Amino acid sequence: MSMQIGIFTVGDVTMDPTNGTTPTEHERIKATVEIAKKADEIGLDVFATGEHHNPPFVPSSPTTTLAYIGAQTKNLILSTSTTLITTNDPVKIAEDYATLQHLVDGRMDLMLGRGNTAPVYPWFGKDMSKAIELTIENYQLLRRLWEEPVVNWEGKFRTPLQGYTSTPAPLDGVAPFVWHGSIRTPEVAELAAYHGDGYFANNIFWPKEHYIRLINFYRQRYEHYGHGTPEQAIVGLGGQFFMRKNSQDAINEFRPYFDNAPVYGHGPSMEDFTEQTPLTVGSPQQVLERTLSFADYFGDYQRQLFLVDHAGLPLKSVLEQLDLLGEILPTMRAEFEARRPAGVADAPTHATRVAAAQAANTTSLQEAQA
Amino acid sequence: MSTIAVISAGLGDPSTTRMLADAFATKVAEIDSSAEVGVFGLRDLAHDIVDATLTGFASPRLQTVIETVQQADGIIVVSPIYQASYSGLFKSFFDAFENDSLIGKPVLAAATGGTARHSLAIEYALKPMFSYLQTVLVPTGVFASPHDWGSTGERALDARIERAVRELLNLIDGTGTGRVADDTIDLFSETMLSISDPRH
Repeated sequence: MSMQIGIFTVGDVTMDPTNGTTPTEHERIKATVEIAKKADEIGLDVFATGEHHNPPFVPSSPTTTLAYIGAQTKNLILSTSTTLITTNDPVKIAEDYATLQHLVDGRMDLMLGRGNTAPVYPWFGKDMSKAIELTIENYQLLRRLWEEPVVNWEGKFRTPLQGYTSTPAPLDGVAPFVWHGSIRTPEVAELAAYHGDGYFANNIFWPKEHYIRLINFYRQRYEHYGHGTPEQAIVGLGGQFFMRKNSQDAINEFRPYFDNAPVYGHGPSMEDFTEQTPLTVGSPQQVLERTLSFADYFGDYQRQLFLVDHAGLPLKSVLEQLDLLGEILPTMRAEFEARRPAGVADAPTHATRVAAAQAANTTSLQEAQA
Repeated sequence: MSTIAVISAGLGDPSTTRMLADAFATKVAEIDSSAEVGVFGLRDLAHDIVDATLTGFASPRLQTVIETVQQADGIIVVSPIYQASYSGLFKSFFDAFENDSLIGKPVLAAATGGTARHSLAIEYALKPMFSYLQTVLVPTGVFASPHDWGSTGERALDARIERAVRELLNLIDGTGTGRVADDTIDLFSETMLSISDPRH
């Protein structure tokens, strides 16, 4: 699979500004499952959930939700946006996500992030001023837990491990693929490049120039660390849209949601914001064209995730958005494929990673025999 | 050739803050005809500035002004004094700058106020903020109260504007501020005394 297209959710419980109703946490969690099932049904590749530990957000336990969705879907890759590498114990991340990997037969990966909600850090016994050091130390430990059968480890932020074996071991001996997500921090791009992992740029809140800088930096560092050419680096992007067959209908229907949205509401006009950021409000053709233009700015990339279920949009509207996305999906795939030069990496999956690991083993065996 | 960006946070139209900003621009041109001076009124950017505080990024229009200020050799900032400090819009404009992007920048701080009692706001409000931003402040701050617009003589507003502008241009030229200790001129009180002293 050369390009993965999917959706990601923040999991916010937000009042619908058009009728004043707010879903319960139960309704929001169940709606999230419906949205993921719909994504599978229309042929999307990825569903990713955020992780939050404070209202108005519901997804505090991503692997529980993802396993439940995994049991009811066929092809969807289950992922996160993001898993908090700072406040979660890396030992528990290793266990939870390896268990998920077994349950869904490898149909998963994860995206690590730091989390920028200051009070969450002390709630989990951590210090936000140490966020970058926590990210680096925790991630290095996580990698070892997945790659080494027995780990002896000592660090600054958790109790040492002596003769520790993380269970279950990853499926087929291959760790889940890891993306690193960031909105503004170059250190995260550096970490992703160092390990040869994927780098995901939020691409929602700010103008593209900001993300172009971060992605170019990641691509350069990916090459620097010897993982391949800048074009072979694994890049993911966010995006958001609201579409209707008739673009004016999309504009009229989405405007109250935009004007009251938690992140950008009561600020710039929807017209200014759509011009200045990747948000597209219009016809399916406009969404298609805008999305394809991302590759012009950021280089050909491997994963496109859209935010579709936020700002209080009712479940019905979200499902309609996915139906419309399903209609343009074959063209989107074909166009991305057509413009893709040789030498650009395919999107990683469990199958391709198992094959790569086997090929590497065979090579080293042959070298040993020669 | 020096480039000087003048920021006016005046809200009225016309505004005395803008008048003071324009007076600085004129003075810069008088003293150094090769200098390139631009005056930017924040009133025209008010919505963009508020949007930037909500979204975390500057609109293209605001970004252009921010970049001009960042690239200027020196900046002259003029705020009205409201509730004993610079105006909220003035502060919000500088909040939209990236951290550390004004380090080392020569800055001339100036303000207007409805009464001379606000005159020290330059010393206790504007200068600490620009000190925090690690800019290089010229010694003379210029405060214009309503009385000042008609003042004459060597302590008058125009003389203080000239002194402050010369300090700024000297600083940019790398010759210090051009001021020495025996060149003491009381920044505000003599002018205020001359206005309030019944013997004059």
